[in-house]
Amino acid sequence: MAKKRASKNKLKPKDYKSHTKPTWCPGCGDFGLLASLYQAMSQLELDPSNTLVVSGIGCSSRLPFFVKTYGFQTAHGRVLPVAIGAKIANPDLTVIAVGGDGDGFSIGGGHLAHAVRRNPNITYLVMDNNVYGLTKGQTSPTSPVGFKTKSTPYGSSDVPINPMAWVLASGVSLAARGFSGNPKHLTDLIVQGIQHPGFAFVQTMSPCPTFYNTFDLWRPKIEDLPEDHDPGDLMQAMEQAFRDDMIPVGVFYNQVRPTLESHTRVTNHPLKATARDFDPCELLQSYR
Amino acid sequence: MIVDTLLLRLGGESGIDNAISAGDVLTLSAARTGYHVHTFRTYPAEIKGGPVMFQLRVGVEPVPSLGDQLDVLLAFNEEAWDLHHAALRPDGILVYDPGEHDAPSNFQGTAYGIPLDGMAGDLNLRKGKNLIALGALAALLGFDFPELQATVKDLYGRKRPEFIESNRMALLAGYQWVRDNILEGSPIQLAKPHKADERQLVMSGNRAIVAGALTAGCRYYAGYPITPASDILEEMAKRLPEIGGAAFQTEDEIAAIGSVVGASIAGLKAMTATSGPGFSLMQEMLGLATMAEVPLVVVNSMRAGPSTGMPTKMEQADLNIALYGGHGEAPRIVLAARSVEDCFYQAMQAFYLSETFQMPVILLADQSLSHRTETLPMPDTKMVAVTERMRPEADDEDDYQRYRLTESGISPMGVPGFDPTPYTATGLEHDEYGAPNYTPEMHTAQLDKRGLKFEVVADALCGLEPPLGCIGYGLPEDQAQVGVLAWGSTAGVVREAIEELASEGYPVTALVPAVINPLPADRILEFAQGLKAIIVPEVNRTGQFAAWVKAHTELPLISLNKYGGLPFTPAEIRDKVLEHLTAEPADPESKDQPEEEVAHG
Repeated sequence: MAKKRASKNKLKPKDYKSHTKPTWCPGCGDFGLLASLYQAMSQLELDPSNTLVVSGIGCSSRLPFFVKTYGFQTAHGRVLPVAIGAKIANPDLTVIAVGGDGDGFSIGGGHLAHAVRRNPNITYLVMDNNVYGLTKGQTSPTSPVGFKTKSTPYGSSDVPINPMAWVLASGVSLAARGFSGNPKHLTDLIVQGIQHPGFAFVQTMSPCPTFYNTFDLWRPKIEDLPEDHDPGDLMQAMEQAFRDDMIPVGVFYNQVRPTLESHTRVTNHPLKATARDFDPCELLQSYR
Repeated sequence: MIVDTLLLRLGGESGIDNAISAGDVLTLSAARTGYHVHTFRTYPAEIKGGPVMFQLRVGVEPVPSLGDQLDVLLAFNEEAWDLHHAALRPDGILVYDPGEHDAPSNFQGTAYGIPLDGMAGDLNLRKGKNLIALGALAALLGFDFPELQATVKDLYGRKRPEFIESNRMALLAGYQWVRDNILEGSPIQLAKPHKADERQLVMSGNRAIVAGALTAGCRYYAGYPITPASDILEEMAKRLPEIGGAAFQTEDEIAAIGSVVGASIAGLKAMTATSGPGFSLMQEMLGLATMAEVPLVVVNSMRAGPSTGMPTKMEQADLNIALYGGHGEAPRIVLAARSVEDCFYQAMQAFYLSETFQMPVILLADQSLSHRTETLPMPDTKMVAVTERMRPEADDEDDYQRYRLTESGISPMGVPGFDPTPYTATGLEHDEYGAPNYTPEMHTAQLDKRGLKFEVVADALCGLEPPLGCIGYGLPEDQAQVGVLAWGSTAGVVREAIEELASEGYPVTALVPAVINPLPADRILEFAQGLKAIIVPEVNRTGQFAAWVKAHTELPLISLNKYGGLPFTPAEIRDKVLEHLTAEPADPESKDQPEEEVAHG
């Protein structure tokens, strides 16, 4: 098993940068999250050989290629099942799931509530830009009502999903929101998310400068959660999740509860030093 | 008449007569006494209500198929008689409940009216009717009664100890009723078995798949409930934690295969099982596993389709999707299990191939095979080597190329947490390092790499012997005139029909491959040489296997298709073969007969 690196060899944020250059447009909010992720990985001294970054498909789901850890870009919408399988298989891995609003809330929306309620100890970073970027600007599940795009030339009639309320209602263990325009704060949230013993959902407001530039729309509405916000209070968290005057950022909810792997995990990984043999004849003899 | 093989069917109402439960008990107790068994069952897709049927074929010698005409029919109600009497041989035995209906006037055989419901009422055991019936059958047909009592106690007593005594009473009531009222003895009696083989197992196809997978090193299973694959999930959920593995019921089949892909990336041998509708949902992830070169095993226990189809009926109609499902060119290894024993071996082989060649392997079974119970000898757990995927060497660390272009197409796969060789796997076309790459040269090179692996698989499997490879029945093919080429669970009826015809002196043979892709085309061509006709029976309408074989061999094949949701019977195979035989059977007097055939004559 790969050893945890000693502090003196601590990797700097740039050491987590891979040789593959990001494919994102200049000014993309996802750069902010990527920088925060490098920072967080360095702060937590994550071992690249013991870290798996999993994604689906979309602009933001390109992220694993830009990080020098193990990575897996899966199929569109399937980031969470793949990440959970890896975590059950080897609970010692640090598993970080990443993706966008279309990947996570639309095509992969069927998995979100189930991932949340099972509480695997993984971190899910969603870069939410309220638009489909990779397919060049169609409406997304978080786009506002009336949103005009090439796929909705007369405006969309759909009410946007409220991802924060959704995960809160599904029994999330930690739910936070950050803004890609504030990477320092975002780094703190990612660090908290990775350290949190359970499913950590970090929604990042990450504008798309090319198809729906919300920087100027969002920046003045971004504000910290009230100082007296109690992250142990689900109803308070819900109330903040439904605010439409402002976009509160910070830790909405934080309640540690038993993880999926405390119940369902592989204890006999054949590659671990603790691996033990299994005699199939005993099993077979029970069938008679 | 003392018979070596007996075919018995129990028909009743789902949720009322507990015919299937009774059948399971009788099967296990017969197997424990030393008989060979082979069961078949049909039941409604609904939980309560609708006709169910359990069929047990029991023999002193091995029974490879479900058989043809019934020797005995136990009809719990009139509907069961209506549904099943056509399958009963004219001189067979009918057991019916006079409380339910009168003896059918048009029946020529022996009918016994046994007041099952009445006795159950007297004993105040409304749910014990099936056990009363079992006791009666044991007395009538010569099943070992003490063993039957022990099996009932063993199976039911553990869960419901409070019913041990009433169960015993119910069995005894049926047994005693026959002893007291049917003094002349039944016209059909089952011969005594050979000495019970302590190492003989009794398993369903699904359980054999689980046992084979665990033997091969499977440590992760994810699945979504679906008939007829649910009991693979249930058995895995019970067994895997016992050996340090994990089983996981997911929210849908896409999540099931997704988490299997994730577990495999994390270094585990992993599997999912499903049936047609779920298998359709899994196609995209299968393509991802091919592209990212992730080993995994998917079992598809086929049921009648399309769409929801007939969930509790069998069909062999998912061969095309197993071979061609999904977009792009993503060759998959496809195996088809032929018997319960073969479920064990093919599950092992599936893991061997997926780990060695880092690609998905699809193992096909079907409803009749998944849910039937057979006796089998203790399998050889070393029949297939337990292998691990190729991993990076120490000197790979500096310039690790996950998708290096190699001579075999196989490249070392680093495992997070164990190898210091981070890389990013992807469903995008990629270069040797795994980075996205859309150049014509790289797409061609990586398609070739994945295709090359498949050619290496074909070479590795060339000449594969039974029990893993092609199995032949009947005469050696160079002495035969008509041959049957079959796949999957149709093997059993083909074996029975062909062996019987051959023993009667007809020049017939059969070949049943287990590996469907890559198809052992050379072996099939060799088989075909000199045959005047080759019949391909399959339970589907369009002859999917025949088309697949023709595409590889250009052989003229005669399709025999059945598509009502039920498997073939040996007689259906036999009739079709006889249609194409021009030769008279060899005269048993003038030709050498194998000694054992004479002994059985």
